[in-house]
Amino acid sequence: MAGEKKGLVLLDYWVSPFGQRCRIGLAEKGLEYEYSEQELLGDRSELLLRSNPVHKAVPVLLHDGRPVCESLLILHYLDEAFPNSPPLLPADPYARAQARFWAAYSDKVYEVGTRLWKLRGEEQARARDDMVEVLGNLDGELGDKAFFAGEAFGFVDLAVAPFTPWLPSYGRYGGFSVEREWPRLAAWARRCAGRESVAKSLQPPEKVDEYINVLKKHCGIND
Amino acid sequence: MSPPVKLLGTFSSGFSRRAEAALRLKGVPYELIQEDLSNKSELLLMHNPIHKKVPVLLHGDRAVCESLVIVEYIDEAFDGPPLLPIDPFDRATARFWARFIDDKCSTSFWLSLWTEGEVQKGFVKEFKQNLALLETQIKGKRFFGGDTVGYLDIAASGIAHWLPVFEEVASVRLVTDAEYPDLCRWAKEYTSHETIKESLPEREKLLAIFTAKKDFFMSTVKSMVPK
Repeated sequence: MAGEKKGLVLLDYWVSPFGQRCRIGLAEKGLEYEYSEQELLGDRSELLLRSNPVHKAVPVLLHDGRPVCESLLILHYLDEAFPNSPPLLPADPYARAQARFWAAYSDKVYEVGTRLWKLRGEEQARARDDMVEVLGNLDGELGDKAFFAGEAFGFVDLAVAPFTPWLPSYGRYGGFSVEREWPRLAAWARRCAGRESVAKSLQPPEKVDEYINVLKKHCGIND
Repeated sequence: MSPPVKLLGTFSSGFSRRAEAALRLKGVPYELIQEDLSNKSELLLMHNPIHKKVPVLLHGDRAVCESLVIVEYIDEAFDGPPLLPIDPFDRATARFWARFIDDKCSTSFWLSLWTEGEVQKGFVKEFKQNLALLETQIKGKRFFGGDTVGYLDIAASGIAHWLPVFEEVASVRLVTDAEYPDLCRWAKEYTSHETIKESLPEREKLLAIFTAKKDFFMSTVKSMVPK
């Protein structure tokens, strides 16, 4: 498009785990990009509204001005548009199907986690039960492997890792300890955190917890 | 030689029929195993322990779950005309709108059918806005995939074939030619497509099944409507 900025721009928000998936993916592929911090609690920028009119959400990847929305779709796009860089998805169709299934499933961590810190009473208890089920399923899929697909860091690890700094907070609201209940998952989280692309993209749990408090105030929750 | 393909599915499930549409478009022979969702088989529970839902594609000893994941698997694992566009940006666009259909359209549609009064008016407004966005994607095109049926057409099949049946059961009319001329034109093209129509359940049978389940459908929205 004439006049559009060339190259890659990532419209993102500092603590967004979905944005972090993209940052990790871009780092893993060694791709240069401009990071553009967006305002989400206040008014959204013209650029964000224009780039993602349907959801008005981050992350959005702009490639030569053309927008790609949704974190997992952005990761697919990076693999397909930059085939000469290290692939994020495996090559085999069945391995790809498994990766897609579990990466999409992991979105539930954030969805259920949000219900966990937002709701109270019976609804919060239901959210807790759902979270226990989700983390149990992820732990079960990981099993005794180093990473979800085996020996090497891959697509599912990339998709799930950004939720790990949220787990201590979720554990507090839900009354569970990831370390105690799912030690393999806890060990995996530490393993991922040791990877440079992940370490550079994630926020520490304390900052995430502070942010949840900001969101609570924003929603009018005072406890 | 490729191992045999089986599909765990049901007669009336739009999700199950997505997988069938993809298999037929690719020319892949398969055996359909009808599931009774009120009495789920060991096979289903074993191969989809997480969601316990149809469809599940069994390709030799591989099990693939989730209809859109299955459609992409079919596109990648078998030769035949491509279901997804070739260009990376077009692929991202197709995937985006498929998810929009499943995340936004389906939910607002379902809530529009079975709620009443002011609450229903709100969901109807939301659904119509969602559909208007989808209409922009089919304007000037024969199929969402262009000249040939593709991934997004399959993803949107619920709108083409199941939606009018639900409208009839709920006595609600949301999608009219006047308001959505391109979507309605596409729906006719899609449902009369030579290969696709073989994957669609007969309308009268769907109507009978859904009419019998009307009370159940109405009960599902109680937990979905935010307080």
